Amino acid sequence: MKLLLITYILSISLLALFLFQDKELEESIQRGGDIYSDFCINCHMANGEGVEKTFPPLAKSDFLMNKREESIRGIKYGQQGPILVNGLTYDNIMPPMGLEDGEIADVMNYILNSWGNKSDSMVTEEEVSMNVHK
Amino acid sequence: MKNSIQIIFVTLLTLNLSCAQQTENEVNNIDNPPFTAELIIDELQIPWGFTFLPDGSMLITEKAGKLIHFQDGQKIEVGNAPVVYNRGQGGLLDVVLHPDYANNGWIYISYASEDGDDKGGNTAIIRAKLNNNSLTDTQLLYKATPNTTKGQHFGSRIVFDDNGYLFFSIGERGDRDVNPQDITRDGGKIYRLNADGSIPLDNPFVNTEGAKTAIYSYGHRNPQGLAKNPMTGKIWDNEHGPQGGDEINIIEKGKNYGWPVITYGINYSGTPITDKTEMEGMEQPVHYWVPSIAPSGMAFVTSDKYPEWKGNLLVGSLKFQYLERLELKGNKVVYREKLMPDLGRVRDVRQAPDGFIYVAVEGKGIYKLVPKK
Repeated sequence: MKLLLITYILSISLLALFLFQDKELEESIQRGGDIYSDFCINCHMANGEGVEKTFPPLAKSDFLMNKREESIRGIKYGQQGPILVNGLTYDNIMPPMGLEDGEIADVMNYILNSWGNKSDSMVTEEEVSMNVHK
Repeated sequence: MKNSIQIIFVTLLTLNLSCAQQTENEVNNIDNPPFTAELIIDELQIPWGFTFLPDGSMLITEKAGKLIHFQDGQKIEVGNAPVVYNRGQGGLLDVVLHPDYANNGWIYISYASEDGDDKGGNTAIIRAKLNNNSLTDTQLLYKATPNTTKGQHFGSRIVFDDNGYLFFSIGERGDRDVNPQDITRDGGKIYRLNADGSIPLDNPFVNTEGAKTAIYSYGHRNPQGLAKNPMTGKIWDNEHGPQGGDEINIIEKGKNYGWPVITYGINYSGTPITDKTEMEGMEQPVHYWVPSIAPSGMAFVTSDKYPEWKGNLLVGSLKFQYLERLELKGNKVVYREKLMPDLGRVRDVRQAPDGFIYVAVEGKGIYKLVPKK
């Protein structure tokens, strides 16, 4: 009986934790959507498709999904020089947008979870603040 | 029956008119441009604006906040430049000399500024003098309010007309339903001041209760090109529309250019903004671009260095990364041509006092167009 109670309490708290984090991620994604339509949509377009050979896609982008640290750094400090995205080279310039670390986390969560992209591991403000210029 | 004939006639006429705009909207590629583009200043990140000092040296703004004096092949950072709000499209923007710079030494600069109590920034205009590579005698001539953390639509270009009036543009700061149609608010406007920053007594809204009296025209979205037509003396602008709605306009005193009530563009998401492209009391553009080219910078060609281009308009394309040449017949665009393809985002274009054309390209630098003999 005692074991059952402990198991019950444990699973409820785990569930709560899980749901809570999920809600946190959802809210971050929502804020990120606003940031996206303010700062990013001009070049990366409404469905993250970008402009072929000019502005790289974010939707189903291997660069974004596999190079999380580089992607955060690109938003934080700007991106210049050639990068390979889904087999195509993009050699362009993205200036730093002047976003706060929390805003960068939000927009990362948005683009990591839109247009068919999916990432369960949430980007946090701390993760962005620890990302340094190289 | 009579009615339906009229309807058919009007429909056909509309079709014809829309076809006419279609042809104008085709940009022509050429194989053998009559110039070579020489990179004369390299390693610039976002050269937003530039101008030429009487000694042949140049002043260049870097969006991130550096003001550069390019002299004898050297880039010197100018001291005491304004502190900029470098966020989104904001930063250090345009730089222009007073027409009588040789005598009065005034330099005019537009930039995104955090001045004021509320969080964020908005566009400001200063004038200052250059002494020993430092700005001195700085005067704030205008600061738009309120500040906002939005990253969009600061404008801003500066130009003088033949009467010595100072014109500048401020975009609607991402608040299209609030700013552009309201003359008691900043944003989405072209402004006119005297060269010392005072308000000309015959500005259109000086007697309108509550109006921002510096306003000269309104209903704009985000003008990033402003030039004086040397043939007519009128000020022309180009402005970023939404998708498919970039425009060239001739700026007239007190007129409303319609944003966002009328536009040829649609939202980035593909949804409509309005079903209206024209309305009584609102101005029609001289030209609109479909698809949008994201225009920035604007110059009329007047020099003898490019005889075939005399009277043409040059406009940079950020989105498609080329320099566009537009031939005009009166106030109509009759031919468009793509120059300098695929070099990078073209941010600004100017004709220098020596008659040569210079082009600023993001991530590259400043090119001089040298005619082929």
